[in-house]
Amino acid sequence: MLFGIYSFLAASLFVTLDAVDVAFTEAAVGAGIATFLMLSTLALTVRREKVRRKRTVIPLLVVTTIGAALVYGTFDMPYFSDSSAPQHSHVARHYIEASAEEVGVPNLVTAVLASYRGYDTLGEVTVIFTAGIGVLALLGYRKRRGKS
Amino acid sequence: MRPIIQPHNLVLRVAAKMLIPPILMFALYVQFHGETGPGGGFQAGVIFAAAFILYALVFGIGLARAVATERVLRVLASLGMLLYVGVGLASLFAGANFLDFDVLAQERLEGQHLGIFLTELSIGMTVSAVMVIIFFAFAERGVRR
Repeated sequence: MLFGIYSFLAASLFVTLDAVDVAFTEAAVGAGIATFLMLSTLALTVRREKVRRKRTVIPLLVVTTIGAALVYGTFDMPYFSDSSAPQHSHVARHYIEASAEEVGVPNLVTAVLASYRGYDTLGEVTVIFTAGIGVLALLGYRKRRGKS
Repeated sequence: MRPIIQPHNLVLRVAAKMLIPPILMFALYVQFHGETGPGGGFQAGVIFAAAFILYALVFGIGLARAVATERVLRVLASLGMLLYVGVGLASLFAGANFLDFDVLAQERLEGQHLGIFLTELSIGMTVSAVMVIIFFAFAERGVRR
């Protein structure tokens, strides 16, 4: 429930940031589908976590180390709204200036996603497809007849 | 398949009946208008799947299953994937790089248009089908028969 509310808030934030595409996705996936999947997972499993009596020092250590490394990594990021940051000076400038002639599509996001970064998008679709296959393999509906 | 008569949830059912067609319409708009407006295949697929999920939640999984059978969904998901790779291979056979849309038509921009249209369509197909597949996999697991 909280996740759903959070997703809607994030979606409205994206709208104010002029990223309507991301807002669509956030509203539909984050608020709609993810909330449903969360609830149905709760319905399939039990509400309470099993209490474990094992030591949890090593996982805590691993998590802390990775978290610290990630935070350390953010120190190298350019400052917010820094106009000389790589994302403004590198390849994005070319996309903005040349995509009208090279691709001829008014929506720059579509031009970048489908044409310039077609390979990345192919990878994304493959990820989604694989996720579907994985879910089918794990929770496939044919098993119903045998068990349960 | 016999119609499932549910005496309760009248408001929900009427509201869903009114909402689902516009949602599907909006998904198609986002799909085919993605070149000029915001949106694209992924968003359209997700919105389309959301409409299906809403239908299944309100009217029951059985009725939704009658429309989107397992076979249809699997074929749709795979077909989207194949279409995407096929577009890439088509440009490869036309003498350019993989997924280079310039050579798909006589005119360069025409080729770009065609390529983007086809890839967005394939993304929409795969995404919507996979989302509905995941939904059904979870939902039908919960129904103990």
